Amino acid sequence: MTTTSVNSTPGQHRFHLGQGPAHRRMRPREFGPTDIVLAGLTLLAAICTAWIVFDQLTLLSGMLGFVVVTAAVFLLYYYVLNRQLLGRRAASDRLMGAVATLAMAAIMTPLVLMVGFLFERGAHLLSWHVLTTTQQGVPLVCVPHQHCAQAGVFHAIVGTAEQVGFAMLLGVPAGILTAVYLNEVGGRLAHWVRVIVTAMSGLPAIVAGIFIYSIWVLKFHFSGFAGSLALAILLLPTVTRGTEEVLKIVPGDLREASAALGAPQWRTVWSVVLPTARSGILTAVMLGIAVTIGETAPLLFTVFGSTTTNWNLFGGPQASLPFLIWEMVKLASKSTIDLAYTAALVLFLLVFVVFLSGRILGSPWLGSAVRSLANRRSARRRVALEEVADR
Amino acid sequence: MTMSLGRRAVGVPPARPITAGREAGEMVAEGVCAWFGKRLVLEDVTLTMARNEVTALIGPSGCGKSTFLRILNRMHETIDGAQLAGTVSLNGTDIYGLEQRAVEVRRHIGMVFQRPNPFPAMTIAQNVLSGLRFNRLRVANPDEVVEEALVKAGLWNEVRNRLKALGGDLSGGQQQRLCIARALALRPSVLLMDEPCSALDPTSTRRIEQTIGDISHEVTVVIVTHNMQQAQRVSDRCAFFLAGEDEPGRVVEEGPTEQMFGNPDDPRTRDYVNGQFG
Amino acid sequence: MERAGSVAYGTITSEIRPGDGTPLEPRLVVTRRTRSDLWFRGTAYSAGTVVLLVLGLIGLFLALQSWPALHYMGLRFLTTPAWVPQSQHGHPASFGIGVAGIGTVIVAVIALVVAVPFSFGAALFISEYAPRTLLGVLPFKSALTSVVDLMAAVPSIIYGLWGLLVLEPHMIGLSRWMSDHLGFIPILKVPRGDSIYTGSFFIGGVLVGIMLLPIVTSLSREIFSLTPVAEREAALSLGASRARVIRDVVLPFGKGGLVGAVMLGLGRALGEAIAVATVISLSFVHNWHIVSPGANSIPALIADLFGSGGKLGREGMLAAGLVLFVFTLVVNTLASVVVGRTRARTR
Repeated sequence: MTTTSVNSTPGQHRFHLGQGPAHRRMRPREFGPTDIVLAGLTLLAAICTAWIVFDQLTLLSGMLGFVVVTAAVFLLYYYVLNRQLLGRRAASDRLMGAVATLAMAAIMTPLVLMVGFLFERGAHLLSWHVLTTTQQGVPLVCVPHQHCAQAGVFHAIVGTAEQVGFAMLLGVPAGILTAVYLNEVGGRLAHWVRVIVTAMSGLPAIVAGIFIYSIWVLKFHFSGFAGSLALAILLLPTVTRGTEEVLKIVPGDLREASAALGAPQWRTVWSVVLPTARSGILTAVMLGIAVTIGETAPLLFTVFGSTTTNWNLFGGPQASLPFLIWEMVKLASKSTIDLAYTAALVLFLLVFVVFLSGRILGSPWLGSAVRSLANRRSARRRVALEEVADR
Repeated sequence: MTMSLGRRAVGVPPARPITAGREAGEMVAEGVCAWFGKRLVLEDVTLTMARNEVTALIGPSGCGKSTFLRILNRMHETIDGAQLAGTVSLNGTDIYGLEQRAVEVRRHIGMVFQRPNPFPAMTIAQNVLSGLRFNRLRVANPDEVVEEALVKAGLWNEVRNRLKALGGDLSGGQQQRLCIARALALRPSVLLMDEPCSALDPTSTRRIEQTIGDISHEVTVVIVTHNMQQAQRVSDRCAFFLAGEDEPGRVVEEGPTEQMFGNPDDPRTRDYVNGQFG
Repeated sequence: MERAGSVAYGTITSEIRPGDGTPLEPRLVVTRRTRSDLWFRGTAYSAGTVVLLVLGLIGLFLALQSWPALHYMGLRFLTTPAWVPQSQHGHPASFGIGVAGIGTVIVAVIALVVAVPFSFGAALFISEYAPRTLLGVLPFKSALTSVVDLMAAVPSIIYGLWGLLVLEPHMIGLSRWMSDHLGFIPILKVPRGDSIYTGSFFIGGVLVGIMLLPIVTSLSREIFSLTPVAEREAALSLGASRARVIRDVVLPFGKGGLVGAVMLGLGRALGEAIAVATVISLSFVHNWHIVSPGANSIPALIADLFGSGGKLGREGMLAAGLVLFVFTLVVNTLASVVVGRTRARTR
């Protein structure tokens, strides 16, 4: 194939296996160092062209336009170049790869920009003081030339922790149990439950909010608990779908082996199926929780917000991080936007930590490390016990 | 409470303390038929699997051997749409009696599957003890049970120093012997083996065959195999299953292994054991 | 071997069929479950039922509570552009989702136009082009998947904050360019020499589109990865280039699934409240010029105005929520049926 010809040329002499005592290892590649250099040069050329176009024609303004033009020029140059070097077929192949790579880079850009933005605006405002104080006694909007104390987000962290914690308590077990029902128990109803769970996983968050408002808040007033209920409605289908995906992968062999040993079904599920799927379930659950932490819409009409710390999940309005950001953005003054940045950074870090711990707990590497650690510890304990017994 | 009374009222031996030895059982199948949905896959199989003997079920694929084996410990009914007819009795008690519990039956009739399937989330020791745990049987000396079962399965020497390793870390042949140990730890009366060596290399196969020979004096073994030499090597009796096109499987002939391989009554058996078809 | 066996014996075996002709009857087998198993199955079953119940309750309660508003407005609820739930200056209360309903669709369509090409490209990159590891150690592919998942977990309020303070100022140039140079397309024209370009459908749609990127990417990546390896290798061994494999094997296989992924994205876009409400300026007149200020969508309307306008206003909001609920339910269910079909083919 023409595609490989460029790269296989330097490797050809390696086929003389008998010549040297040491065989040079060869790794056939479709996209080798030469191609990387070529692509880099093309990119450079594209940037130069785009710059000229921008300077001369000024069709577009701003960074965005420059990037778009660069990408287009790059694709054109890259195609023409590869067509000259490798032919039409290989060039269209390369073009497709370049398009896919650019698309990947494009979708990563917002994340990078957003994280950069949060740190740029929020990092210098973040302090121990902000994390441990509330908005109590601080005027919401600080008039210029008036000295205002620095408001904190402690009350919102407490609210978010309690609301999400309770939502987990409701949503995670129910979600896992529903997945177990779908995958292990089944029955005539299972098909409908699966359809409903899928439909619910696309339920607009705001609908969950007004639903809880109409069945709970109207009668029992605002509270963190109402927020938890709304969050749990959103968390449950995520957990169920994630868990079901993992349970499907657990080989049927294991269930049979367990049944053949005389295990009742609950035993099989509890001791064989769930432990085997543990890491996958953990990842799914933690992803669900990470998403839940940042939900704003379900809290708008359920927790009501507060400027002081309310430890009681069940009594009265409670603050929460996303809700605080929403309120502060709506007020749109310098001091409130600053508080919004701080809260947004805290919220992002919280989401990130939960997300990352899900990945780490779910990774096979750590799973086995933890297990071997536990084993070593129990072995050590046994040795210690035996020593005691010997004495 | 009523449940345990019900269990005791019937003839399947109730759970005894695991430390007490259990004798091998005799299994008798009479007029066994099996359906998947509307399709009859096994017809009128009558077979006695005598105490302490190794019975080999041989025959081409799709002739119902595995289905028959799964009927012997009520795994058949775990498949949707599976039905059966006839009786299967262990030591004279019908295991399909309405008062019998499938879970209870399977505890007494162990099974080893075609592909090794140790529980990946459990250590070797936990794997061996899993059957006891599943049935909530407490033992005073779990370490001894582990050792005894692994010794019987011929795996002890290889794993004695790494009982805490995960079951999945073993090689295929070791995994299969672990599965045998796991089944033996429950002290079953009968051990069913569904092509236990078909996924293994010749060396591991040899080891498993040795194991079968070793355990046959304390447990009745029923083994499904495609390998004629294996059937000849390990079994005392043989049953030859055969199914025609669009027809259910039946037992063509059964008898002592020597006779089945040396001087079978049925010409089809002779052709099959000599590897002459097609 | 087996086949030969059954062919060879096919005719002979029929001879040993017992000729007594008695019909075989299956016997009754009862798998008696232990009491703990009955409990287990019962609990799992009730968890499943609770899920059904919750969704049913959502629909039921929204319908019940919004009934007075729906009864008051009748079908005009769907077409009335204004939202005046209390009588003012002698005019009776009149409200509806005439603008918001259409606005919801406009935002979602813009979002999909922005998100889908990039998402498909990125999904192809992850499943087809990305090396499994970088420099032999870094798990590149799984890292990319994780980053995409992380993007999906970033709260919508943070997208909103960023959209309002960073994206919008940067989009003004693009919006102006579009209205200047592509103004011959009616929807891109800006009327009355307007030069603000903020708070438009366009900015809202682009922001939601950015939020959809990770969702559509991860769904379509999963669909691409379901392509049977055997088909892929067969094409490669026939000398197909990678682009050919994608065009002739991967894309045809995933066609249905990709439609489903886009529809699931659509469902998300329709329901996004916070990010849209943060960047748009709420408007109650029909605005067909997508880059000029003034936009509306049902979720953003609810987020902004819920609780105002007294009892009838609240009931009207619940009615709007009911419409949104039914709409997204239909879209998502259709989508999951389509995706499910692709998955079923590989199992």
